[in-house]
Amino acid sequence: MGKLIPMEGNQAVAEAMRQINPDVVAAYPITPSTEAVQIFARFVADGLVDTNYVAVESEHSAMSACIAASLAGARVMNVTAAQGLALMWEMLYIAASMRTPVVLSVANRALSGNINIHCDHSDAMGARDAGWIQLWGENVQEAYDNLIQAVVIGERRDVRLPVMNNYDGFLVSHSYELMELEEDAAVREFVGEPVYVRPMLDVSNPYTVGALDLWDFYHEHKRGQWEAYGPAKQAVVEVGQAFGERFGRYYGLLDPYYLDDADLVIVALGSTAGTIKDVVEQRRERGEKAGLLKIRCFRPFPLEEVADALSSAKAVAVMDRAAGFGSGWGTVYPEILTALYHKGLVLPTVDYIYGLGGRMILPEEIHQVYDELAQVAAAGGTAEPLRWLGVRV
Amino acid sequence: MSDEPRVYPPDTGWKDLAPGGIVPQAGNAECYSVAGWRLVHPVRDNEACIDCLFCWLYCPDSAILQEGGSVKGKPIDMVHCKGCGVCAAVCPKECIKMVPESEAAEQGQTG
Repeated sequence: MGKLIPMEGNQAVAEAMRQINPDVVAAYPITPSTEAVQIFARFVADGLVDTNYVAVESEHSAMSACIAASLAGARVMNVTAAQGLALMWEMLYIAASMRTPVVLSVANRALSGNINIHCDHSDAMGARDAGWIQLWGENVQEAYDNLIQAVVIGERRDVRLPVMNNYDGFLVSHSYELMELEEDAAVREFVGEPVYVRPMLDVSNPYTVGALDLWDFYHEHKRGQWEAYGPAKQAVVEVGQAFGERFGRYYGLLDPYYLDDADLVIVALGSTAGTIKDVVEQRRERGEKAGLLKIRCFRPFPLEEVADALSSAKAVAVMDRAAGFGSGWGTVYPEILTALYHKGLVLPTVDYIYGLGGRMILPEEIHQVYDELAQVAAAGGTAEPLRWLGVRV
Repeated sequence: MSDEPRVYPPDTGWKDLAPGGIVPQAGNAECYSVAGWRLVHPVRDNEACIDCLFCWLYCPDSAILQEGGSVKGKPIDMVHCKGCGVCAAVCPKECIKMVPESEAAEQGQTG
């Protein structure tokens, strides 16, 4: 049995890393993720793990080292945020293209400028098409649970993709919550021994990676990579189920809350989903059929599942904690519309851009969204489908 | 692994490629022709050549072929020569000339 103890998100991530005992961690500290690698570095110094901890000179180098170590045959982890993730950008694509199951925890933080250290989702949303699996946690427990599952999902033979474990900067990374810390042996048993596929240090089976790949083969290689995201989605489902059977907390692609009969649905990811759950309960007490669709797995995007989940809604609001500058929307909203369109669903929708750079999101504002959504549902649509929430005018 | 292809034929479909964009077996650069990169073509004056082997030593693509310690009068591997001109530059007798590919073709010296 695990034990209930209060922990910060970063601490929980570091504890999961200790329990998993990866072969290599190459990291460069950046707020608000610093504490996770700082705590983990202490575990290394204290001999609690066997990890080869590589102190690198930048996040670009950190991800480069992770990819190389993964290719060499190691189980590899890293933690970063915001500018750190941005500096890794080109290596993110390479990690996915080379099919290295690197696990990267991201304490989501706004991208500069101006300089800001607080939560929004612009860092990971910018990397959404880099080819990584993206899990989004709501709280400390999920940051911990998702990290453990990420290892198993990414390493599956039919997947072999890097996995990003997203948890909101400060709101989760620095917030103490009561969580269940599982026993070391149970976690190690769940993640199992690393699945080594083609370790480059196996000198009796040499091969070439990262070769020049021009008009003649690149197109086919990308088509091949495309194929991995079907099994990846399946892996997220199956590993979430297996995790539930082992530890009692079940996970899927989505986390619906009072959704089955909901008329007014908010779609959200990250810690705001927790705030919305409280508000849903309050609205339900008033007799309003409010519901929440939390997206836990944003990549691969669960298109059919999202459409099914929203098929009986009367109106849908999407909470976007990143602005898709020039697109006219946030970053999640267009994906939701795509899902609805493919199902032939036409219903009133509103996109809310909120909480940028750590702007507080309060239950009153979620109530405001449900109030507005009720009006949109009654009117059968809106002439103002993009709204900025909580912004001074 | 040894049963995997050393080289993928140009018409290989995406399903037949190994994941991760790898080439499953190493040491296959010799299977790749760079003849199409070449704009100028090395032509050696075998009368002037003193067999110093500088061209053989410096060629970055091992395209200068030797036999019994001699390159004089031997063919140059035009599948792997990319026309960089290093051989001509290091030749102490300046007996290797880089001629335009079109002229070389007229002289029947194709790659």
